[in-house]
Amino acid sequence: MDKEYVGFAALPNQLHRKSVKKGFDFTLMVAGESGLGKSTLINSLFLTNLYEDRQVPEASARLTQTLTIERQGVEIEEGGIKVKLTLVDTPGFGDSVDCSDCWLPVVRFIEEQFEQYLRDESGLNRKNIQDTRVHCCLYFISPFGRGLRPLDVAFLRAVHEKVNIIPVIGKADALMPKETQALKQKIRDQLREEEINIYQFPDCDSDEDEDFKRQDAEMKESIPFAVVGSCEVVRDDGPRPVRGRRYSWGTVEVENPHHCDFLNLRRMLVQTHLQDLKEVTHDLLYEGYRARCLQSLARPGARDRASRSKLSRQSATEIPLPMLPLAETEKLIREKDEELRRMQEMLEKMQAQMQQNQAQGEQSDAL
Amino acid sequence: MSKGLPETRTDAAMSELVPEPRPKPAVPMKPVSINSNLLGYIGIDTIIEQMRKKTMKTGFDFNIMVVGQSGLGKSTLVNTLFKSQVSRKASSWNREEKIPKTVEIKAIGHVIEEGGVKMKLTVIDTPGFGDQINNENCWEPIEKYINEQYEKFLKEEVNIARKKRIPDTRVHCCLYFISPTGHSLRPLDLEFMKHLSKVVNIIPVIAKADTMTLEEKSEFKQRVRKELEVNGIEFYPQKEFDEDLEDKTENDKIRQESMPFAVVGSDKEYQVNGKRVLGRKTPWGIIEVENLNHCEFALLRDFVIRTHLQDLKEVTHNIHYETYRAKRLNDNGGLPPGEGLLGTVLPPVPATPCPTAE
Repeated sequence: MDKEYVGFAALPNQLHRKSVKKGFDFTLMVAGESGLGKSTLINSLFLTNLYEDRQVPEASARLTQTLTIERQGVEIEEGGIKVKLTLVDTPGFGDSVDCSDCWLPVVRFIEEQFEQYLRDESGLNRKNIQDTRVHCCLYFISPFGRGLRPLDVAFLRAVHEKVNIIPVIGKADALMPKETQALKQKIRDQLREEEINIYQFPDCDSDEDEDFKRQDAEMKESIPFAVVGSCEVVRDDGPRPVRGRRYSWGTVEVENPHHCDFLNLRRMLVQTHLQDLKEVTHDLLYEGYRARCLQSLARPGARDRASRSKLSRQSATEIPLPMLPLAETEKLIREKDEELRRMQEMLEKMQAQMQQNQAQGEQSDAL
Repeated sequence: MSKGLPETRTDAAMSELVPEPRPKPAVPMKPVSINSNLLGYIGIDTIIEQMRKKTMKTGFDFNIMVVGQSGLGKSTLVNTLFKSQVSRKASSWNREEKIPKTVEIKAIGHVIEEGGVKMKLTVIDTPGFGDQINNENCWEPIEKYINEQYEKFLKEEVNIARKKRIPDTRVHCCLYFISPTGHSLRPLDLEFMKHLSKVVNIIPVIAKADTMTLEEKSEFKQRVRKELEVNGIEFYPQKEFDEDLEDKTENDKIRQESMPFAVVGSDKEYQVNGKRVLGRKTPWGIIEVENLNHCEFALLRDFVIRTHLQDLKEVTHNIHYETYRAKRLNDNGGLPPGEGLLGTVLPPVPATPCPTAE
């Protein structure tokens, strides 16, 4: 069969060139109580020294500290690709004696980024939308506990529908191998029980080779990742210097897969799923937020009079509404509805086409 | 001793060498030669041997409390300290117990014997401490328990017909487990120790210290010591209770260099250099619990059991208990509590107010 060469197979290359030119931005949030090695891990992951001069305040100062959200940007360049990485840190989380509602500022922050994006998207000038949405949240679990603590559960439930969560066990060199396995299993069970949706690494394509598939399956089994971070190089009598932590009884090597899951985390987060994290944030989490937001805007008449005042007060504080004039919003909704309908029609047509082709193919095989 | 009341009591104790119905804590006699012209050997120094024999016969009580967030290895450490399963749980890692919603106090007693000496050891566990989202005042049940034991003892003391040997359930030692964050103390740690250091002997320990390198350990310890000092928290051995220069130098060294002890506990044995040792086996090495190059467990054990066990009891009896007793008598108008003139029973002293740091 002669196929005419059209040439759109070069499309991926064009996309690649465009994105290299545009650069790539990614927002990563780290959360968890202090002292779990978050800063060290970030520095290890991205080979930066973002937290060099940090001063952790003393306990008495932290007695009345409220949670703050800190943002830091860093540009990393590798192989001609520029990545503008924004790190969001949550110092003070889980520190106080009373941590009730200490996750609310984090939730608020995530929603604010969505709100900003919604506003930009619905605005008139959409050329240079800055994407400040949080694409991924690395949540650090203590290796000293017996699984998720009440605070962990509360935080994860508050954010799991709003951000991609990758759970991580910090300072994993506190655990012996059996303990690590048991802790991971316990955490997985708890996540299931509490119905917390963490980021699902997508299945690899069926045409990948067996080796890759096996590696992929192994990586998925090791979630939550038990990590150890270090920016210090240890020059042992070994063959080469390694990044690790030197103890009197031996040296933990950060990049040794038998010692910890650092390599797995780096591979899955940075090397293979950076783009997917962004897409899931946009297609799933952001769309969910947007739908909730616009729905509450679009149907005020659906609520009965008795609860309207109460709801409007609630919605004023809970659901941040974009400040667009009503006429424009309604027009927008109608447009989007049209778009949705058109896309659905297209999908149906494509599905029908596929079925036809399959049926035809079977016919020709049978002949 | 600086306080008035305790001084007279111990002086009274020392002058009477015949054991009374209520046993005095065995005070080691310091060799004092007032008059070096002894004309012969009298045999007074055999009193030590007599006291030892008596102690061996009667045995003694020791009550140790462990406080700290769940998962810091409290039960394992106590089991390691006393080389037996004395803590409330079996020492397997996969414990399915749920974190209680409020702090519970669970006391378990065991009788341990070594070299003919019997010790009735009670381990008091405090599950639920520091595990909730809101940990405000989670130390109150603990303080209440400690005061209740003082109250129990007091009631026995003021009885007309007193028991020959009052059962001592007072907490002699409270091991407070600090999480090895490597940064500093947590606000909850400060709050607990501020409230409880005036009521019970607190020995802070850094739990699961195998996550810190040598430098991290020494930096962390320095910061913790400084924070405790700045906040006016006196952990055991308290400076003000050093009896003489010898005590002071010995305790100063411990206070300023060794404490808080960075410990690792284990109930598993591994083969190292032909010996079986308690430890933790990781892919990068075996951590030996009793190896001073690895952690300070041996220091803690020697401190609590081999050198300061008796002193812990004495300070509890002569200082903390006396403070409680004095307060109770004051509140009751100088009368013993229990059956007062009006026949009313007053409740124990409420929680001590938090001393403000100057």
